[in-house]
Amino acid sequence: MHEMGIATSILDAARKEADRRPGARVCKVGVRIGEWSGVDPESLRFCFDALLAGTEPEPPALAIEFCLRQNRCGVCGTVFALKDFEIQCPGCGAPATEPVSGDELELAYVELEEP
Amino acid sequence: MTKVEVQQKVLNENQRLAQGLRESFREHGIYCANFISSPGAGKTLLLERTLALFPPAKRVAVLTGDIQTDNDATRLARYGFPVRQITTGGCCHLDARMVERALEGWDLASLDTLFIENVGNLVCPASYDLGEHDKIVILSTTEGEDKPLKYPATFSRAGLVILNKIDLLPYVSFNLDVAKENIRKVHPGAKILEISATTGAGFKQWEQWLEQKRAACSEAAPALVLG
Repeated sequence: MHEMGIATSILDAARKEADRRPGARVCKVGVRIGEWSGVDPESLRFCFDALLAGTEPEPPALAIEFCLRQNRCGVCGTVFALKDFEIQCPGCGAPATEPVSGDELELAYVELEEP
Repeated sequence: MTKVEVQQKVLNENQRLAQGLRESFREHGIYCANFISSPGAGKTLLLERTLALFPPAKRVAVLTGDIQTDNDATRLARYGFPVRQITTGGCCHLDARMVERALEGWDLASLDTLFIENVGNLVCPASYDLGEHDKIVILSTTEGEDKPLKYPATFSRAGLVILNKIDLLPYVSFNLDVAKENIRKVHPGAKILEISATTGAGFKQWEQWLEQKRAACSEAAPALVLG
């Protein structure tokens, strides 16, 4: 629902990186989107493309790394993706585990073409 | 081709402004709560009832967000506390910049509590930090008890979940136990209160919870330098 705003923030941040290097052009933007981030990857891609449509001859590409909700067991160290919100450790059966991924909404990298 | 590792939050700018707000709240000993729910879950009535609990001397203020109209601000202003409407003009959530702007001109030193009523929406508000101490998520008994599972991002970040409209339980198919189980699935340590903003049921516990939070913030505030 708010993906247009998110796409704008991503583009702004990527262009800021390019602005640090005179003449550089953004070719690709890499983002990490968590399963529980509240952002839909497909909708984000749609907004990103819509923002860029007709703006430049070779608009930047968007690479999305989708991060599943994963928890880590403090007892045996097992890291596992949550299924049906079950947080019990599948390794040792410990009842409570801590989230380690799934909330991401991050700009990971920018690929620039420099003169 | 040069690859630049950035590794920053997409909402970095919002985060920066939210951090500024948080520091300002801390400095002034203000407890700030961000109320999030779907439209019609009872945010405004809950706030009205809550404001009615406070004596006029209390130092409370409210920001209320909506896409259009200032109806909520009009309702809330009747209690005599400072209220400002944030009209987002189509935007489905409040962000830190909107809050910062809405606070302009208010003397924060004269406040100890700030309630922010977000735009009715269980998706987007979860992504935007407003510098608040707690996100308070309201789920009402006229909705589905599976909402926590449908909107885990929001419920997993809630400092408190309020189950509202419990006075309607005899008339609706809402299963309170299933709802609580679903909240705990996405947020194992969630604090849950059952209330009715219409009848006032459960308000004692809500008031106590709030009082504890407010006391903790005013104690943590740096001592005022007088003179």
